[in-house]
Amino acid sequence: MAKYILKRVLFMLLILLGVSLVLYALVRCMPADFVDQKIIALSQTTDQVTDEMIHNMKAAYGLDSNIITGYFNWLGNFFKLDFGDSFISQTPVAKEIFRPDRIGTSFFVAFIATVFEFMIAIPLGITAATHQYSVRDYVVTVLVLIGISLPSFFFAQILKDIFANKLHWFAVSGMPKDSSESYLKYMFLPILTVVILSIGGRMRLTRTNMLEVLNADYIRTARAKGLKEHKVIYKHAFRNTLIPIVTGLAGLIPSLFSGAMITEQVFDLTGIGNYALKAMMQGDIPVIMTYNMFLAFLSVLGVLLSDLMYGLVDPRVKLTA
Amino acid sequence: MQDKNNLEEQLNQETAEEKQVVLETAPAEGAAEAAADKFDDTPLDKNVKLMSPMRMVVRRFFRSKLSIAGIIMLVILFVFSWFGPVVYRAWGETETDYSGKLEYSSYVDEADEDGEYGGSVMLIVTERSINSLAAPSGKHLLGSDERGMDVFTRLMYGGRLSLLVSFIAVILTTVLGVVLGGVAGYYGGWVDNVIMRICDILMCLPTLPLMLILGTVLDSNNVPGQYYIYLLMVLLSVFSWPGMARLVRGQILFLREQEYMVAAEAMGYSPARRIFKHLIPNVLPQIIVSTTMSLGSMILYESTLSYLNLGVKDPYASWGTMVSIISSRPDILQGNVWVWIPAGLCIILAVLAFNFIGDGLRDALDPKQRR
Repeated sequence: MAKYILKRVLFMLLILLGVSLVLYALVRCMPADFVDQKIIALSQTTDQVTDEMIHNMKAAYGLDSNIITGYFNWLGNFFKLDFGDSFISQTPVAKEIFRPDRIGTSFFVAFIATVFEFMIAIPLGITAATHQYSVRDYVVTVLVLIGISLPSFFFAQILKDIFANKLHWFAVSGMPKDSSESYLKYMFLPILTVVILSIGGRMRLTRTNMLEVLNADYIRTARAKGLKEHKVIYKHAFRNTLIPIVTGLAGLIPSLFSGAMITEQVFDLTGIGNYALKAMMQGDIPVIMTYNMFLAFLSVLGVLLSDLMYGLVDPRVKLTA
Repeated sequence: MQDKNNLEEQLNQETAEEKQVVLETAPAEGAAEAAADKFDDTPLDKNVKLMSPMRMVVRRFFRSKLSIAGIIMLVILFVFSWFGPVVYRAWGETETDYSGKLEYSSYVDEADEDGEYGGSVMLIVTERSINSLAAPSGKHLLGSDERGMDVFTRLMYGGRLSLLVSFIAVILTTVLGVVLGGVAGYYGGWVDNVIMRICDILMCLPTLPLMLILGTVLDSNNVPGQYYIYLLMVLLSVFSWPGMARLVRGQILFLREQEYMVAAEAMGYSPARRIFKHLIPNVLPQIIVSTTMSLGSMILYESTLSYLNLGVKDPYASWGTMVSIISSRPDILQGNVWVWIPAGLCIILAVLAFNFIGDGLRDALDPKQRR
């Protein structure tokens, strides 16, 4: 087991190295004078940007040398956990991204949304599967497919317009200004948006798995020996559909920390998604590189953990190096 | 020679999805007995109807009402986008309506500190020559937007672009994915290893951030506005083939071990013939389903990019850009719903149609289903 994990971790590092190469190559496709302009345009904190400052900022990312030496320069800094300074705020990127109100806000929204997603999607998936081809199945399927098909920016704006602008039930946008204001008043609509957009996928997955299990021979046996339908479904069938659900938990790691970009932008939250979105649209190279490396790290971690979970949950799976 | 022909015939039979025997079942329980009587009278083969796999898939597909609804929605959208502008020519895609009216506003100038200009009346005449934000009427079926362009016309042109761009991206992604996945699965060894490691790397790059970076890169290289979105979608497909490649590879790894492939090898067929005639047709169901589903998500990506002003550039229309106005103009969001609601509904309809069709196809092409 330890050998397997060690092998996988080494493999993970190789993948991350590949990702960093691709990202760096992409970023270097921006012409050098464009980068200069961006630095001047983006530096808000200082009135005057000297040539020396530009040089320093570019040097941190190896942007002043050719692409190969530049890459190794950047990689060296990266291993020293020096991610450079944001072009916009001139502060270290790591501090910017991992500020509690950034990643904390994103995590809060994503975590609550995920809890609700599971609580709604799994029962829906089970009823749809046990009543396959019935009116109930059709209604649930149509509703969740509509949920998947909603463009997040459009749906979030409509929710905002109806429930915040017209009905005044919730805050329109932004973050609570002081502790006297309810956090929930600001977070409810973003969470609702994320939940409705994500229920569909989880529900379809549960339905498919449940249908597969319900067709299995041991379910027929359970029914044949006269067990109550309730017991057949929840004790025999549902427990086996839990396997993909549980292993899917680890796969949630990236979405918990990466932030919902568009939703955060519409509701003007300070989350990591909104921050990264702005940085990427403005060409803030240090933030682009760090944020995307962070996401890549989360996703390889998610894959590794879900494979390990699979080995733990499903006794038929043996993990071998 | 005779042997070879026989073998070949057998091979073709096995390669095609097993022909299935469908018994004509009686519609009601009561009629079952009558049907049983019929079996006794006539020879068995008259009661048994052979259906080709293709016909069975079509039959299963159209049995689902959702697939039919999806097809209808899609046909309507395509007709609307491609034939609409041909029929309805009152306005062009970027044509501004200059039939605005004069506006008068007058106010009495208050006396200033010295009282010098007190009492004078000022009349301000503003000529709103652009007929912007006009409500829906006979002249503008869905009103006009903030620049005096006809919303209905732009909706049709926007549909053309959104659908076309998604098709280009999905077709490219599919071709890349099928070729690379097919090669990896068929040859195995180091070829497989290299392709799969590239897949692993590309799969770690999340789609939306990647598109934002690509957008910034294209911006910085001054790509002309009219090619911008096409180039962006082509670049996107260069990064998004791994999903398809994995699917195809997995399926081919499984099929490669089947008896009919061993037979094909024994017959001395060329690798190209083995891959394209015997392997790909068997992976086709999965490819079709996944392609249909990704058409929907491509439309969503395109519209999201356009919403962020990284997609289609001014003054060209796309459904995403038509909605994007609400992020900067709260007055339009609240007061002029005809400007943005139709475009948003079109996006939902298109994505929903592809999801319905994909869902129906998945059920129809599922070999486990026996009906």
